[in-house]
Amino acid sequence: MVRRGRVYKDGALRHEVHARTARAFLEEVYAAETISYPKFYKMDPLSQLGFLATELLLEGTPLADVRGAAPGIGASAALGPEDVGVILANTNASLDTDVRYYRTVAEMPSPALFVYTLPNIVIGEICIRHGFKGENAFFVFKAFHATFITQYVQGLFAAGLVKACVCGWVEVLDNDYDAALFLVEETGTTPFTAENLKKIYDRPWTN
Amino acid sequence: MGAPANPSGGGAPVYIAGVGVISSIGDDSAASLDALSNGRAGIGPMRLLRSAHRDELPVAEVPHTNAELASMAGLQATLPRTALLSAIAAREALRGIDTKGLRVGLISANTVGGMDLTEDFYPGFFKGGRYRLRDVVHHECGAITELVADRLGIHHHVSTISTACSSSANAIFMGARLIRQGHLDVVVAGGADALSRFTLNGFNTLMILDKEPCHPMDENRKGLNLGEGAGYVVLVSERLARPAGSSASGSGPLARLTGWCNANDAYHQTASSPEGTGSYLAMKGALAKAGLSPSDIGYINLHGTGTQNNDIAEGTAVKTLFDPVYPPLSSTKSFTGHTLGGSGGIEAVFSVLSLQGGYIYPNLRWHTPMKGLPFVPAIGFVRGAPVRHVLSNSFGFGGNCTSLIFSHV
Amino acid sequence: MDQLMADLKRQIIAQLNLKDLKPEDIGDDQPLFVEGLGLDSIDALELIVLLQQEYKIRLASADDGPKVFRTVRTMAEYIKEHQPA
Repeated sequence: MVRRGRVYKDGALRHEVHARTARAFLEEVYAAETISYPKFYKMDPLSQLGFLATELLLEGTPLADVRGAAPGIGASAALGPEDVGVILANTNASLDTDVRYYRTVAEMPSPALFVYTLPNIVIGEICIRHGFKGENAFFVFKAFHATFITQYVQGLFAAGLVKACVCGWVEVLDNDYDAALFLVEETGTTPFTAENLKKIYDRPWTN
Repeated sequence: MGAPANPSGGGAPVYIAGVGVISSIGDDSAASLDALSNGRAGIGPMRLLRSAHRDELPVAEVPHTNAELASMAGLQATLPRTALLSAIAAREALRGIDTKGLRVGLISANTVGGMDLTEDFYPGFFKGGRYRLRDVVHHECGAITELVADRLGIHHHVSTISTACSSSANAIFMGARLIRQGHLDVVVAGGADALSRFTLNGFNTLMILDKEPCHPMDENRKGLNLGEGAGYVVLVSERLARPAGSSASGSGPLARLTGWCNANDAYHQTASSPEGTGSYLAMKGALAKAGLSPSDIGYINLHGTGTQNNDIAEGTAVKTLFDPVYPPLSSTKSFTGHTLGGSGGIEAVFSVLSLQGGYIYPNLRWHTPMKGLPFVPAIGFVRGAPVRHVLSNSFGFGGNCTSLIFSHV
Repeated sequence: MDQLMADLKRQIIAQLNLKDLKPEDIGDDQPLFVEGLGLDSIDALELIVLLQQEYKIRLASADDGPKVFRTVRTMAEYIKEHQPA
């Protein structure tokens, strides 16, 4: 969960950073996490947010890098790249970057910015980082749609298409940002229901 | 008849009851098929879009102003071009289909949203400060879908997908899932995109546009041409496609959607891995889902944009999967240009039409085989070929790769 | 020439968002792509934009990119050769 200067992992406050812009906030969190991934600075804020949130989400799990793993065979086998899906959504798609890119068109369009004028690029960055090759999709909704996300991802598991899924919400517009990412697997501590998703989204901290 | 025991890999069959399409080569399916069979591409000098690159870059425009499109769509001319194109194609797809009392959904994809209007609006707006997507009323991708849903009277389920060039293909298999899962009875699925300076400038700055009409799958290809358009299919469950006791007369369903798969290439934001891993996984997965082997495919409608990168990556993936026997294959982007968010939908329609008459579409302006690929595309239109299953590829930026398989009924 | 290379290093870092790098970290003859700085195809396009905006030089074809942008020195030499008077 990343919202209004705060970063939560599993209900605990991990960082509190107040910065003037979304990008400044994200780069401070990146530095505080001591991740080494120089391409981070080339990303647009939406991709930076998705990247960081996923980094924290997968910390300490075998999913952090599935590149080397053999394809999964049976419930206990290691997860392979094609077993992990990424399903994300937001309201404003890539508008934040669209606007910044568009400003460059007047003089000379920026290729680096244009690359990020699609909301699903954040999924591409996540997959490149962690080696995920399973199903991935990006949806646009008026607001966080827990029911849709739950149903869609449950469908993927039911069809045997994924053994794990990173899903949720990533939004950046101007200096507002909001990320809520969930790691869904066949076994876990919290049942994967729309109700639980909504509860955590509304109240990211646990006492 | 010997149909495989489980042709849809474990799920109930999903049928295509209708198709609708509009692009630079025709205003509807009949006109499109006529153009495809006569080698009439829609790529040429810019006429409608106002751009500094007007004399430099060929595009594939739908040859109608917004006012003309609006009257074809039954919508106001002040709406974004993407919405107008979308409504026209979606309406054609639904023609003659009675949806009374049924749960109907619309899953539509686009990447441009209302950009054509917005880019005329923004220069003045930049002088101000804060902005919100919703402030630009119909700009956002989701609003386009809603406009079209309202026009079609669809309220049960409306979703928008935005995954670049594979968007509308993703919309189609998502629709199939909703039908299989019993959530909806009818789904209109596909996508649209209109030309805009935003994308034209962007693709130009990535230096992947051809200054001439494109040459997909040719060794000397120089890039893609941007196009615009919309393509939708109407998906229905078996119960609706073949009501019990229905007679043989009257139009039955056009095809079945039997296979689909989406995978991520996990290589680069805009380039495909040289081996075409994402493409390979998507095609292989679609075949597995359909319970088919490569030799069952009668025609492949390639993503085939004409860029150096895509065509060799996709070609390599095809080689890895199909070697040593290749079905006829071609890129219809040689006719329609690359219609971005609309391409998956438009090419799905062409694939379904292919099954109706065993049509193989030519890959226009092709001259030289690509080094490293042991196959060449079809270069002449064929009628009556033995096509029982068609594979359609759509690969997007962000490594998003989707393949669909349409099968005979 | 040295001043031009020093300027270029600063500009490259700014244009390509190479936040963790300082101009001293880039060698005059260090390969910019593949190993070296590990730049990619989008970075190459941004360098084309840089040439245009800072030096008013338009690279006709993306194919010339690998040669021109091989190192900071080859970039500087290209600029010296093609800079409009």
